[in-house]
Amino acid sequence: MSWLPKSPKARRRLTLVAAIAPVLALAVGLTLWGLRDSISFFYTPSQAAAAHPPPGRSVQLGGLVRMGSVAKHPDGRVDFVVADRTAEDKVSFQGDLPDLFREGQGVVAVGAFRGDGVFEAKQVLAKHDEKYMPPDLAKALKAQGEWRGDGSTPDYAKAKPVT
Amino acid sequence: MISEIGSFALLLGLAFAIAQAGLSAAARLRRSSVLAAAGEGAALASFAGVAVAFACLIHAFVTSDFSVANVAANSHTEKPMLYKVAGAWGSHEGSILLWCFILTGYGAAAATLGRGLPQGLKALMVAVQGALGSVFLAYTVFASNPLLRIANPPVEGRSLNPLLQDPALAIHPPFLYSGYVGMSVVFSLAVAALIEGRVDAAWARWVRPWALAAWSFLTVGIMLGSFWAYYELGWGGWWFWDPVENASFMPWLMATALLHSAIVTEKRGALAGWSLFLALGAFTFSMLGAFLVRSGVLTSVHAFAVDPKRGVLLLIILAVTSGSAFALFAWRAPKLSPGGMFAPVSRESALVLNNILLAAATATVLLGTLYPLIREALTGEAISVGPPYFNLTFAPLMAALAVLLPAGPLLAWKRGDVRGVTQRLWVAALAALGCGLLTLALVSPRKALGALGITLGAWLVAGAAVELAERTRAFRVPAADSWRRLVGLPRGAWGMTLAHLGLGIFVLGACFELGWRGEAAEALPLGGSLDVAGYHLVLETVGPREGPNYESERALIQVSKAGKPICTGEPDRRFYPAGGQTVSGIALCYRGASHLYMVLGERRKAPDGTPVWLIRAYWNPWASLIFLGPVIMALGGLTSLSDRRMRLGVARRREQAA
Repeated sequence: MSWLPKSPKARRRLTLVAAIAPVLALAVGLTLWGLRDSISFFYTPSQAAAAHPPPGRSVQLGGLVRMGSVAKHPDGRVDFVVADRTAEDKVSFQGDLPDLFREGQGVVAVGAFRGDGVFEAKQVLAKHDEKYMPPDLAKALKAQGEWRGDGSTPDYAKAKPVT
Repeated sequence: MISEIGSFALLLGLAFAIAQAGLSAAARLRRSSVLAAAGEGAALASFAGVAVAFACLIHAFVTSDFSVANVAANSHTEKPMLYKVAGAWGSHEGSILLWCFILTGYGAAAATLGRGLPQGLKALMVAVQGALGSVFLAYTVFASNPLLRIANPPVEGRSLNPLLQDPALAIHPPFLYSGYVGMSVVFSLAVAALIEGRVDAAWARWVRPWALAAWSFLTVGIMLGSFWAYYELGWGGWWFWDPVENASFMPWLMATALLHSAIVTEKRGALAGWSLFLALGAFTFSMLGAFLVRSGVLTSVHAFAVDPKRGVLLLIILAVTSGSAFALFAWRAPKLSPGGMFAPVSRESALVLNNILLAAATATVLLGTLYPLIREALTGEAISVGPPYFNLTFAPLMAALAVLLPAGPLLAWKRGDVRGVTQRLWVAALAALGCGLLTLALVSPRKALGALGITLGAWLVAGAAVELAERTRAFRVPAADSWRRLVGLPRGAWGMTLAHLGLGIFVLGACFELGWRGEAAEALPLGGSLDVAGYHLVLETVGPREGPNYESERALIQVSKAGKPICTGEPDRRFYPAGGQTVSGIALCYRGASHLYMVLGERRKAPDGTPVWLIRAYWNPWASLIFLGPVIMALGGLTSLSDRRMRLGVARRREQAA
């Protein structure tokens, strides 16, 4: 094969490149493909109201569970309201809530908005660590001036007075 | 008093670590064996100091001394003894002290065990290890001292997070850290070799035992963490591609690559630069793993002991240590002599391909883990990268690796023979294909991807068997002869076979579990039932039960299949008054290698007022293999480690020959 380089060193280098190139191409291709399809955006209720993600698109919704909003149905369905300062969203979830799910505390719901505007959660995450607030959520709350330190409940998450 | 002694000992440990770095560096400069011995002595003294400090911390936890801030925040008098001790490394400060304890321990071990090493190289290694120790001890002493007192000690502690009160997780951090920090010796050796400007077979042979030990610990550590997540979180899954998991997995991938490339450097003198790069990379990823998690930069569901304020400091330490090491690499590596030549088809090439695939896999995992950070820095949008990304990128690369793996050990060094290898492997290929087709035909529902995974797993197991048969010349020479060969096999060979077999078993378990798992969830009244994968579960009773430091509600679930009673599951739901948390305890019913996994959920009220309980049940076929595989791999690592060749340094033999 005359087109191969003559020096053994260059030959070895060529073999190495020939071995690396397909793997690299495969890895880069898969990565780009994967990143396009399997990332999900994080919104607080007010950000979701502004961005208006299309129904069915997988997103994460983070906020505080409003006091008194949790309704547990006997068939395993749970409805609750996730709120930030200016907006709130109804969340519906089928299944067992994480052990650390509590009213007035931060949660992240993974799922998608339905056509009627209710957020259908496939998964609800509360942190294993009781002092924890998801960083995205903490940041969003700080930006809204709602950060009161770990574990405290801002006013809007407290139960609304019955009017 | 005890904790003041501990603080003082910690400070002494720091002083000795600085002395260790200074004395050993001076020893190398002046080529003085007296200074070198002094440096080694300082390494031992530093370890002794940190060990005393660590013992004092454990003492404070065991005696529930709440005047120590860390104990007050993480312990409780009613906690069982195991978790009191484990509480010592359950917090940020305590875990960093554990890190320092293991780091100085490895430093002391390297100083005492490294007699076969050339003097200059050894002095430099001890110096680098001392420098690492100084940095981390300084951080512990000045920014995160776990032995500090508080002015007004509380009567009762705040207790350890109940999720962490679990035997597997109590021993998970020591294993994981022994793995992470074990890479520090490899790192020090690599830096020392770069300064000396010489990387040879002796260096690679010296790196391998440390890398093997660290890799084995890391394998067990990751497995324990995964097993804990499996049965403690109650989600029925064992791997979530969560940043915390990825952080421990990346150093493992790097260490695996290093183990293989070091073989090439040892046997053939080639790939010296690449082995150095991996040695630096393995510890860098270990630090990244520990600190990315500790600093709370990444969103994760199961990061514990997070402290964002000090996270930046940790990331600076990481940047300085690895940054300077890689700068040194960029400067010195091009001067290293290139090693032996090899043909495109050879054992060397197979190992190179293994490294390319492992490196690419590490890169995709790294990108997926850090992409949310990058994206947020660039566009300000908060996103998360989910499991589909990792399944799509990581799985094909690993599948390619698994396809090639059995051929590697059968190829000859320098110039391999493709035809010979295919002749030997066709039996394994046939067996694997048979297993795949059987799965496709017999297991319902029919899943092509799952059957493909089973084929791969069977291929790995059969490949390991063929390799063993090849070494013992089984079926070609008389059985007694084969047996003699089998007994006489070097432990290194056994280690490799075991590790590859363990991977095969893991792949079998993982693919079968992922492909054919079953799930059912229902709100059941007493006497109610649900079905999962042919099993019939009846909720018999639910009653209260008292634990040592919790109150619980326990369910009795009768499991039967086709009318025959199989077992009784007793999942419970524990309330820990100390932290005000509820944790569910799952019940596992073992059916061979498969698990029936039961979780008791919340109590609710049916419309007619009778109580109902949310019961979730998972059928996890072959799930035991997922955890058995890594244990076999780690055993393989340890078997390799016990090989005589590992203990006799090649360097010393050379000296004798000269």
